[in-house]
Amino acid sequence: MASTTFVQSQEEVNNPLRRLLPVIGITILVIFALIQTVPFVLTIANSFKCLPAVQQYPTSFIPAPPFGVECRTETGASRPAAESSNTLTFNPATEGYTELSTFPFPRWFLNSAIYAIAVTVLRLLFDSLAGYALAKIKFPGNRVMFFTMLGTMMIPGVVLLIPRFIILKQIGLLNTYQGVIFALAADAFGIILMKQFFESIPDEIEEAGQVDGANRFIIFFRIVLPMATPALTALAIFSFQGTWNNFMDILIIVGGNPQLQNLPVGLALLRGQFGDTLRWHTFLAGAVLTTVPMAIIFFALQRYFVQGVSYSGLKG
Amino acid sequence: MAQATAASAGAAGSFKTMTQRKREDALTGYAFLAPALIIFLIFLIIPIGFAVYISFTNWNGITPLAQADAYQFVGLDNYNRLLFQQGISQRDFYTAFKNNLYFVMGVVPAQTILALVLAVIVNQKWLKAKGVFRTAFYFPSITSSVVISLIFMWMFTRGGLINTLIGGVSSGYTNVDWLNDSNGLIHNFLGLFGITRQTVGDWASARVASLTLWDWISGPSVTLFTIMILNTWTTIGTMMIIFLAALQNIPSHVYEAAAVDGATGLQAFRRITVPLLRPTTFFVVTLGLIGTFQVFDQIFVISSGGPAKTTLTIAYIVYQNGFQNSAMGLAAATAIVLFVIIFAFSIVQRRITSEKAD
Repeated sequence: MASTTFVQSQEEVNNPLRRLLPVIGITILVIFALIQTVPFVLTIANSFKCLPAVQQYPTSFIPAPPFGVECRTETGASRPAAESSNTLTFNPATEGYTELSTFPFPRWFLNSAIYAIAVTVLRLLFDSLAGYALAKIKFPGNRVMFFTMLGTMMIPGVVLLIPRFIILKQIGLLNTYQGVIFALAADAFGIILMKQFFESIPDEIEEAGQVDGANRFIIFFRIVLPMATPALTALAIFSFQGTWNNFMDILIIVGGNPQLQNLPVGLALLRGQFGDTLRWHTFLAGAVLTTVPMAIIFFALQRYFVQGVSYSGLKG
Repeated sequence: MAQATAASAGAAGSFKTMTQRKREDALTGYAFLAPALIIFLIFLIIPIGFAVYISFTNWNGITPLAQADAYQFVGLDNYNRLLFQQGISQRDFYTAFKNNLYFVMGVVPAQTILALVLAVIVNQKWLKAKGVFRTAFYFPSITSSVVISLIFMWMFTRGGLINTLIGGVSSGYTNVDWLNDSNGLIHNFLGLFGITRQTVGDWASARVASLTLWDWISGPSVTLFTIMILNTWTTIGTMMIIFLAALQNIPSHVYEAAAVDGATGLQAFRRITVPLLRPTTFFVVTLGLIGTFQVFDQIFVISSGGPAKTTLTIAYIVYQNGFQNSAMGLAAATAIVLFVIIFAFSIVQRRITSEKAD
């Protein structure tokens, strides 16, 4: 009884502050949520404007009919900003997007997809095989292998730039699709993620399989791997995202050939060619098209993204 | 007697199958490991050894290595030029090192603290629509660094969104040239009080490792600061989710017990949340250190190391030396020095965190 009164009086003392805290908290959250998302909204809006309208402030962001306006007059001169945009609304145009096709943009998009899909498939296979061996098979050198993998995770990606370049040049894989795909086909993070997961599967399941006379490979592909869907999903997301957005490795491996570049490398090198006078509606259109596939995957599989990130954090 | 023989025969039999099984396991083990192991050997382990070797040569990165005069063995010359011998290589390295230090010291605390604050608020019981906030914070993390750099460039151009926004709020504002301003923040701040390199005395012009002391203390340039904002902005989402997962792992009865004992919210945060989050904080700070010391993509897209080399970073000079200046030996040496720096910082950081825990 006495302690109850004590707690109550404490609450009364804190009351004004307690009411205020949620208000302050939500204000902070809303401000940050806006800071994190508004740039994307404005990017989408401005990618659908004519160039003069992109450079006009305040930035209008509400699309209004007529849609698909022409950015140039019949004589080829660009129409002034005021004709297609005012303070809040603008008439969407597609010039930014059509201009992208004057660069090898569709090719970059295709390459991004090729790299991301190939690397993801290979990593799912190689990482889970290796993770399974480290988790479930007792063999001499098991621990050494595990710690070697763990050690390679500490090597910063930048440090690998030069070594990778040298070796790819030596074996003739520089400026090839295979060069990118093989160099990224297995990663220590994925192996350790899979190892962690396989350790949580009870041994009895495999032992039952072994009694039936199935060998390790059959047990792995028929019994163990289907159970690993959550871990495989997390790994697939990380691999796809990492490769789709990969800039540095792909710059070094295929930077010399525009036909082999992916979206980030293509856009970055294109920006270099333009210097300081960028055609912003085109670049913003490129930014939107680069982001859309990842955004679709993100919204479809959001749960797994969050699980995956939390998982990587808890490990540390 | 007969029984004993049978037993020992049985033991011998099972012993034989044991070794057989061990051998089988070893074979299958390595068979499972083989694809990943081959990839690691070819693209990771052998290359690193190779890079260490190249760092002792003057190879230009272009001449095929098989050619007789492709390179000469120069011993520690590359390291010497980078670290000790006065010249452009040394100046670039220490400029990059200084810029990188400011970058790390600014971004790592900012991203860690902001991520923690946001995670704590999102974790509150009274908060509705947690998922919406989580999605909003995390979204920048899934986009390409190149895309984000382009978006930031567009927003921060001189006549752009950010300047218009600030100009709209404060009337006396003259547009800051965010993407092309080499003045250091500390230099600008001291300048407000009339303190400049000329007025503080001769020590400011003294050179340490090719840079004047004034250069060392000038702080990050306005342009580097812009890239620091960008980097913080993209990373807080991931780090918030890591913190949030750890917060959700703290059992609620710990807080209930503290509340019964009369602890206020702030006390509970300081005495319970922060200590229990220590391993997570360590992980987040390590991630931050490794990431910020390697900053490259944003520099490549936005500034290429300029203006006046104030956004040069170590990762960027690795690229510059290797692929633009055709000094692959020097670039390999730079990369190895960077590895040592990151490694040293991780160890120091581990020391500090574990000391606090005692």
